[in-house]
Amino acid sequence: MDHDPFRVVGGLIIACYATGSARGFIYVSGEHRLGYERFRNAVEQLERAGLLGQGILGSSFDCRLEVRRGAGAYVCGEETALMESIKGKRGFPRLRPPYPTDAGLWGRPTVINNVETLAKVPSIIMHGARWYNALGTPESAGTKLFAVSGSVARPGVYEVPFGVPLRHLIYDLAGGLQPGRAVQAVLTGGAAGSFLCAEDLDTPLTFEDFRRVGGTIGAGTIMVFDDTVDLRHVLARIAAFFAHESCGKCYPCQMGTQRQAEILDRIARGQTSANDAGDLLELAAVMADTSICGLGQAASMTIVNAHGHWPDLFRRTTDD
Amino acid sequence: MMEAPNIPLTINGRTVRVPLGTTILEVAQGADIHIPTLCYHPQLTANGICRLCAVEVVGARNLQPACVAPVASDMVVNTETERVNAARRVILELLASTVDCSQAPEVPEYIERYGARPERYAGGVRRCFPVMDDNPFFVRDYSQCIMCWRCIQACGEDIQHTFALTWGGRGVGSHVATVLRRTDARHDLRVPRELRVRLPDGGPQGQG
Repeated sequence: MDHDPFRVVGGLIIACYATGSARGFIYVSGEHRLGYERFRNAVEQLERAGLLGQGILGSSFDCRLEVRRGAGAYVCGEETALMESIKGKRGFPRLRPPYPTDAGLWGRPTVINNVETLAKVPSIIMHGARWYNALGTPESAGTKLFAVSGSVARPGVYEVPFGVPLRHLIYDLAGGLQPGRAVQAVLTGGAAGSFLCAEDLDTPLTFEDFRRVGGTIGAGTIMVFDDTVDLRHVLARIAAFFAHESCGKCYPCQMGTQRQAEILDRIARGQTSANDAGDLLELAAVMADTSICGLGQAASMTIVNAHGHWPDLFRRTTDD
Repeated sequence: MMEAPNIPLTINGRTVRVPLGTTILEVAQGADIHIPTLCYHPQLTANGICRLCAVEVVGARNLQPACVAPVASDMVVNTETERVNAARRVILELLASTVDCSQAPEVPEYIERYGARPERYAGGVRRCFPVMDDNPFFVRDYSQCIMCWRCIQACGEDIQHTFALTWGGRGVGSHVATVLRRTDARHDLRVPRELRVRLPDGGPQGQG
């Protein structure tokens, strides 16, 4: 977005051409001012060059792109909330069906893709599907962006072909851990993700291998925690994030994310009570079962996963 | 216009035929099966907010909100399973530990029926707001508001089209708000008379 906006815009124009759509939107989260400005600039340049607008390159293809900004709500990454936000409304998710491909923006059929997908389209068109499929593994074709953060020397976004080991990403690309530190846990897939442990470091980064070891590829988030990190604080931080970002539309997420955060905050402060694990698991099941959108449905995923790995984190210990 | 075709489905073991487009809640009401609701109001758009009407549809990954979930042919619905009742109990515990439900008489009834224990979340955040007596029409005590959205719907596209009320905050801090927090005479806070007494949440209630 920041460094090569034309790649994304190119992918979007091709997507418009493929779907026969004369209008496209780029939605940039409110925090990302630079990306917004770069997209605006790219669209204006393409308009001036005649590559956007009426009858592009003398063809009958019309395409108009608009860049819209959100106001910083995480839930606006959810596709129905995103469309509300593009329309200038509050970013509430809505019930599906209807799905966006049937009734999306202003009731019109709408295709929604993320920036990473669109950015890949121009090179696939240029070099062909065979070239792209030759990258990665048969089941996980191509390349993937991974955002590596946490206890590593060079946190950042790295693009690798599917199939390289997790260790390569963490040690060779992100510079490894501080001297003398060891990997305690790796959170994969984002705030609603799952943990891997030190023995999983040689797992190839593919959908099939991650499924086998219980990791999540998801949006490509890799958070590394070394052996000095108290995972209870990590979980409390994640729970606080979801409580903060819940849009408040449906009861289970509106109040459940708050109660989950309160319990985990207490656990992180060493004030664990005997019911906490049971309460958290029950809350998680109900939120997953009854919340309107993916935010509430997945807000407990990491906590439930951590409980599976390390049940002792949720128990009273003698030194607490 | 042609009538919608009747389709068969099973609810709590009973097979019924209903027109396509019927919601699960409507089917239950027709079959004398009680499904608890809080945010649902027959005259307003259902938004599926309270999720108390969650029911189990065989084959569906999640519980389905009966007030908005349309029926499908040969659907098998169960409205009182262990999973459903656990979800209702937890939702009631969340609600009653967060807001003062004394203006919503259904809530204590449901709490009793589903064996909810809101006290398990004692010490957590409660939604408390100062009482607002700042206009000639309404006293607003949002500490007693269960955020069912009915007043917002009634003020908006469903009936009034004045959009005097809207949403404020988010997450557990969600509350009903007015545009720019103003409540002077230029803002029409009237709620249709027939809805005034039925709003269960102690939200904007008409004075006189």
